[in-house]
Amino acid sequence: MGATKPVTDATFAADVLGSDKPVIVDFWAEWCGPCKMIAPILEEIARDNDGITVVKLNVDENPQTAASYGITSIPTMNVYSGGEIVKTIIGAKPKAALLADLAPYL
Amino acid sequence: MSPRNVIIIGSGPAGYTAAVYAARAQLSPLLFEGSVTAGGALMNTTEVENFPGFTDGIMGPDLMERMRAQAVRFGAEILTDDVTSVDLSGDVKRVVDGNGATHEARTVILAMGSAYRELGLDNEKRLSGHGVSWCATCDGFFFRDQDIAVIGGGDSAVEEATFLTRFARSVTLVHRRDSLRASKIMVERAMADPKLTFAWNSTVEDVIGDAKVSALVLKDTVTGAARELPVTGMFVAIGHDPRSELVRGQVDLDDEGYVLVQGRSTATNLPGVFACGDLVDHTYRQAITAAGSGCAAALDAERFLSH
Repeated sequence: MGATKPVTDATFAADVLGSDKPVIVDFWAEWCGPCKMIAPILEEIARDNDGITVVKLNVDENPQTAASYGITSIPTMNVYSGGEIVKTIIGAKPKAALLADLAPYL
Repeated sequence: MSPRNVIIIGSGPAGYTAAVYAARAQLSPLLFEGSVTAGGALMNTTEVENFPGFTDGIMGPDLMERMRAQAVRFGAEILTDDVTSVDLSGDVKRVVDGNGATHEARTVILAMGSAYRELGLDNEKRLSGHGVSWCATCDGFFFRDQDIAVIGGGDSAVEEATFLTRFARSVTLVHRRDSLRASKIMVERAMADPKLTFAWNSTVEDVIGDAKVSALVLKDTVTGAARELPVTGMFVAIGHDPRSELVRGQVDLDDEGYVLVQGRSTATNLPGVFACGDLVDHTYRQAITAAGSGCAAALDAERFLSH
């Protein structure tokens, strides 16, 4: 099992909005090439950073959450803290660029 | 450590084919495929119908995975990392990767391909990911039963428009001319598609929407008249620009940023530096032509090394 965890429409409120740590949610789908590219990078970020939780939400299987946050492009990575979105990253980026974007939350 | 024979930068059909040839020539190539761009432009396409040998077509990502596996089979070393800087001037070329490590080689094959072109509108950037997209295969899903627009008139625009009719209620193809550049079979398919309409002689002047796209402002290039096209999504497919930033100032480029090569070869102005694929190609820009020029680059590098 990897360092990231799946979340669903059913578990999103508890696992993400109710988390006491900041949570990175990777909105992804099986048919999205760039999503597959960043998956191993997110695994590394999850493994190397104890201060933050990294979860994956499959938009195909969990359309409600994706729709409620107005996701129209994947990969989108939202950072939630205290139930609120504090950062949105859209599109695949190299690890260094992702780390720079996420630095305040790591 | 003594320098390698060959480093290949880029991993579309050009880069992987160069790796297949260089590996079979026992040059032990090292290929940087990119940390998030591995496989190149074809990774975001669907069916490739015109790559010879695949009689029933093949999915773009599938084709790239096979090319990669073929290179690995012959001993090519592949790093899923980016190249952040290069020094190509001397007999020994230096290539720095995303982790800051330096790699040395006697020849370098440039195969960085191209990046999608933007319209260049402020609101296009602002609404990127909020209705503005460059990847139909990634984002088409989110526009189910909605009205959307595709901008462009080439093969990729027509392919995207046709693909997006699977999801959308209607797709308007916005093109600045009055006919399509795309190949005939694709144009015929598009013309026959009941969900697809065309906005000819039209350019996008602005994208409207607060939190997400609600309409485009189109300008008629003949009459100059402006009109609004109510759509919730805009997919931009107006072409590509060569990804030559990495070598600018070292390798000679033309006015549009394409790497200049000598005659029918892949040789650049620098000895031991070769370039192939969409990075050099204004004209053809196909998977098969990129693969062909990747082959030529590997053979040119092999010849250079044997002298």
